[in-house]
Amino acid sequence: MKLQGNRETATAWLFILASLVGFVVFYAIPAIRNIAISFTQWNMLSPAKPVAFKNYAELFGDPIFWHAFKITVFYVLYNIPLQTVIALLLAVIMDRFASSMAVRGILILPYLLPPVVVGLIWLWMLNPLLGIVNGVLKNVGIPAQPFLGSVAQALPTIAGMNIWEYMGFNGILFYAGLQTIPTSLYEAAQLDGAGEWRMFWRVTLPLLRPVTAFVVITSVIGSFQVFDTIAVTTTGGPVNATRVLVWYIFEEAFRQFKMGYGAAMATVLFVVLGIIALIQFRLFRTGASDLA
Amino acid sequence: MADTTSVESRQALHGPSSITAGRVVVWIILFLVIAVTLFPVWWVIRTALSSSNLIFVNPTKLLPTGATFQNFERVLGLMSANQAIAAGGSGETFNFLIALRNSVVVTGFIVLGQVFFSALAAYAFARIRFWGRETLFFIYVTGLMVPGVVTLIPNFVLIHSLGWLNTFPGLIAPFFLMTPFAVFFLRQFMIGLPAELEEAAILDGAGRFTIFARVILPLSQTALLTLAIVVFFQAWNNFLWPFLVGRSEDVRVLTAALAIFQTQTPQGQPDWTGLMAGTALSMVPSILFLVFAGRRVVESLQFSGLK
Repeated sequence: MKLQGNRETATAWLFILASLVGFVVFYAIPAIRNIAISFTQWNMLSPAKPVAFKNYAELFGDPIFWHAFKITVFYVLYNIPLQTVIALLLAVIMDRFASSMAVRGILILPYLLPPVVVGLIWLWMLNPLLGIVNGVLKNVGIPAQPFLGSVAQALPTIAGMNIWEYMGFNGILFYAGLQTIPTSLYEAAQLDGAGEWRMFWRVTLPLLRPVTAFVVITSVIGSFQVFDTIAVTTTGGPVNATRVLVWYIFEEAFRQFKMGYGAAMATVLFVVLGIIALIQFRLFRTGASDLA
Repeated sequence: MADTTSVESRQALHGPSSITAGRVVVWIILFLVIAVTLFPVWWVIRTALSSSNLIFVNPTKLLPTGATFQNFERVLGLMSANQAIAAGGSGETFNFLIALRNSVVVTGFIVLGQVFFSALAAYAFARIRFWGRETLFFIYVTGLMVPGVVTLIPNFVLIHSLGWLNTFPGLIAPFFLMTPFAVFFLRQFMIGLPAELEEAAILDGAGRFTIFARVILPLSQTALLTLAIVVFFQAWNNFLWPFLVGRSEDVRVLTAALAIFQTQTPQGQPDWTGLMAGTALSMVPSILFLVFAGRRVVESLQFSGLK
């Protein structure tokens, strides 16, 4: 029996081998190596020079880093609440009135497009001179807006593009969550005289919690790493208005070749995301289900 | 799934359908959302079909101005460089067909490799009791929490030192053997498969690899297809990695090609009609997927959120 167990173990590790190589080479070692690089000064041409905490010290005194950090948080705040509320609304509408596959298929389309394409589409539609959006605004008597060209509007505009891309997809996730809520609960609530509004707050929302947690946590982590739409629209500008963290990391590491500095910022972002994820796990009490 | 009720009974619960003010508002919201979703797609097509010399005229006209296929011909390389410049091109080429080929190669390898190798691992985690299983699976799951930006610089350095910059292996390798999500997703599915068939195969003297190929893979078809669809879109839409490691034209994928085409246009104004023709062409796979396998895609994505 012992021998059999050993043989099974050998077979199992054989099954796992390929994925383990992938995990070690492209996840585990890089995650540790990122920290190692962050303690060096390195341009990839000459050998890395150990500098201990110098990058981190520099980082904390770098106003551009703090600015990038701040506007990344703003971006997340523009994004998540609105996107989540719209998605929830869409899900309830689909559940009640329009559960057809065609509607769901249409709503999911923006999510299937590459973010680069989404950025280009809106770059063109929001063009100050030739874009359809300003054309329409002018026709109804609203002055043309600079959108991506202005410090004040650029970041909210990027957030708007992101909402366009994800609202349908998140709506579909919420919709799937709604399908798991037993009708009997609504019937019971109705017997107790609860109205639509009350049922939504007392039955629907609490029972959707696992899905809401998934949607919010993944969207927050994704939004903190926004890059693609910025790369094809504002490239961090105007001035520094859309120079979010990952864009700044990209500039420092791959344009200035300050690998150590870029890695230090990535490490800080990792820690921040970890803390935020933990807080969210607590808030959503993930792991516990109200349906059980 | 026993608790799940049909949509019909859920909709019936909320009373007979009658036209109320609330209902009208809901229909208007739905109509608006669908319009806001679809209009930009039409606008890309409309612009791509417009003559580049005429886009300054009537920028709000809903139909193409001076309808023409020239922009598509330009980006598909069906025109000579001089003809293209005469037709409003910037002289900057967007070699759509090569970019399309590159996207197909990179995405194809990633989908096949990642799904297959992750399925192998998932089977062991789900079905074989072995030394180190819980620990290793826990480590994989923590990998789910590592944001992409953390591994970006070290992975770039690795691909660079392997001499794989601007090669297909460089574009494919980090996603080829696994992602923690893929293993986790398939393992959750395989854990729920009935044990009887597997036990019968073991009694017949079948080895683990035979069982995997003959019993487990066929039983997991739905999950494998779901994962394949999710991985397809992740790989097809990916930008940052190919933008960093695959910039040279012979391996440049669609997303990177579009971004480079956009940023390299001289003068202040990009070549909008050409850019939109390229954009329109790169939307085709997603739209085809939706038209021909819409139900599958929607159900797959729906499912991917409900682990």
